[in-house]
Amino acid sequence: MHVSLFIPCFVDQLYPQTAFNMIKVLKKAGCTVHYNAEQTCCGQPAYNAGYWDECRSVAEKFVRDFSENEYIVAPSGSCIGFVRNYYGKVLENNGHEKEMHHQQLPVYEFTEFLTTVLNVEDLGAEFKASAVYHDACGALRECGIKDAPRKLLRHVKGLQLIEAPDCEVCCGFGGTFAVKFEPISIGMGEQKVLNAIEMGAEYIISTDLSCLLHLDGYIRKHKLALKTIHIADVLSATLA
Amino acid sequence: MHEQEKIFQEESRIKATDLEHRRKINYSLMQSDIAFQKGKNVFPGLESARKRAKNIKWETIEHLNKYLLEFEKKFTERGGKVIWAENPQQALDAVLQICKQKQAKSVVKSKSMVTEEIHLNPFLSRHGIEVVETDLGEYIQQLSGEAPYHMVAPSMHKSREEVALLFHEKLNAPPGLAPEELTLFTRQLLRQKYVEADIGITGVNFLLADIGAVAVTENEGNARLCTSFPKTHIAITGIEKILPSVSDLALFWPLLATHGSGQQVTVYNTIFSGAKKENEPDGPEDMYVILLDNGRTNILADVTARESLFCIRCGACLNVCPVFKNIGGHTYKATYGGPIGSVITPYLSGLKSYKHLSYASSLCGACTQVCPVHINLHELLLYNRNKSVKAHFGSRSEKLGWLLWKKACLSRAMMNMTNGRIKNFMIKLLFRKSWGDNRSLPDFAPKTFNELWKATGQ
Repeated sequence: MHVSLFIPCFVDQLYPQTAFNMIKVLKKAGCTVHYNAEQTCCGQPAYNAGYWDECRSVAEKFVRDFSENEYIVAPSGSCIGFVRNYYGKVLENNGHEKEMHHQQLPVYEFTEFLTTVLNVEDLGAEFKASAVYHDACGALRECGIKDAPRKLLRHVKGLQLIEAPDCEVCCGFGGTFAVKFEPISIGMGEQKVLNAIEMGAEYIISTDLSCLLHLDGYIRKHKLALKTIHIADVLSATLA
Repeated sequence: MHEQEKIFQEESRIKATDLEHRRKINYSLMQSDIAFQKGKNVFPGLESARKRAKNIKWETIEHLNKYLLEFEKKFTERGGKVIWAENPQQALDAVLQICKQKQAKSVVKSKSMVTEEIHLNPFLSRHGIEVVETDLGEYIQQLSGEAPYHMVAPSMHKSREEVALLFHEKLNAPPGLAPEELTLFTRQLLRQKYVEADIGITGVNFLLADIGAVAVTENEGNARLCTSFPKTHIAITGIEKILPSVSDLALFWPLLATHGSGQQVTVYNTIFSGAKKENEPDGPEDMYVILLDNGRTNILADVTARESLFCIRCGACLNVCPVFKNIGGHTYKATYGGPIGSVITPYLSGLKSYKHLSYASSLCGACTQVCPVHINLHELLLYNRNKSVKAHFGSRSEKLGWLLWKKACLSRAMMNMTNGRIKNFMIKLLFRKSWGDNRSLPDFAPKTFNELWKATGQ
């Protein structure tokens, strides 16, 4: 299977190692990977801030960068959800015939791709820890991803996966929301973190680094005994 | 920053860090969720019920003029009186005129958010007319001098101990009454008020066009008492509350009940079709329906935002909203709190003053997921953000920021410029203050994935 990598802007800048770990897993699952080094961002930050014209220019570039691929895979439910559900609105009536084919962009979130396209669940990973899984809003509500990450994590040797009652509650990041409404954002993040600790988790695992970035910021500042980790990092553990 | 936003920012900081508030609200909303999860099973296919409800509301709102006129015609044919009010003042004047005509000294009221919207109680008090709220939650709020905290559960933020203390202080009730005793105490007190009142005022859950009637849903029987003893009944409603037919209630009653309180159907559902007829033993001698616009036609005029008029005020979006859970209902400083309030308030009270509510959301989408009439609430918040940008309400630095962002995102070379250390320095400079003291900023990697990929020569 030939996969085109979409490495979201903040993963590119902050978490390149997770992107490499995703590549490891995809290769182990039998994929060859391709990366168009011209790519930048899907445009979601500007769209969410209300700057739709600025978003449109970037989305048009995204469509150009990814126009001829069969499977586009990214380690982010949020970015995939945006391309899948919002590009229709972003690019409508933009006058570019080519861009109008946006809806055919075959974008997949990483765990969704593994379980629904490749039909893989056991990647032979080993990760000795207890963890809660956090359903990132973009993955859960924009992409409808609920079982995929859990299926994959259940096959990880040594991993004790805890279902937290608040697994579907937002972490409080929300892009510009986190800085515009810092106290609310912190209140939300704090409860996710404290609940995870109360459940006896050593890790919070998720499909989305944007949530984990936010939660990790709270954890590090308060020097708490909890870590965040992306699911690609878990699935690549003990893989050569 | 606009004055309204400043107030919102200050109050949200207080509420979001108030752990006792958090505990009470989390507990209360957890109970709502347990009830809802159980109650919704009454629908074998909830999804198709929601879609059908949305279709019915769509049809109604698209032909709002037709259905409202049909309602007016049918209702007036049976002797009811319809009053059209464009704004709160017209509605208030109409109520006052009726009060004067009837020489009314006292009014009993059942729960109504529209009367909150027009600030009816203080208005009538100023004119020397006593108003008594008869829904227990609303009565508690009236005693405390507070607006309702939640559109369905007005006093959910108060513990039983706080209510007992309030009753002791305001009504001289024995101290430390249990909830059952408080209810009994209130019942005895209110029974007298029903008998004495000249006018009963209710809200409306659904206006029924085909039979020209209003449907009122409640759990305490107080709306029935408000409309049984007083000689005059005034029902006040927003124009969007209309349904084409009485038969639509078969769908909307259980949808409202399950999403509002987790009940299969609410305890008392009454259809009022007008004043008492000659051969009827009871009921008011006069019945008025006041149809209030107050900015709703602004929503109607906006093709995208229009679907927010489908709302049946069940409050489910508030119950699942993590922002509401953290800041509570009073911080919004709007009649309608929570996600639906954040969507409609800019249309009812001005985008410039209330645009911040569209931004005060993490866009998690839990509201959209639960809405019984499928309003795309979080997408409408995004839409309002764009409206605000188009109206040039954004700051100059914000505009410049997004322009620079666009330039960077259109150029791979720019995204690879400098190194992680310098980027960390820049990010700290820009965001240290707004990121706050409770989180560490993330660290940029020394090199981007893009650079590392190219270096591996793959």
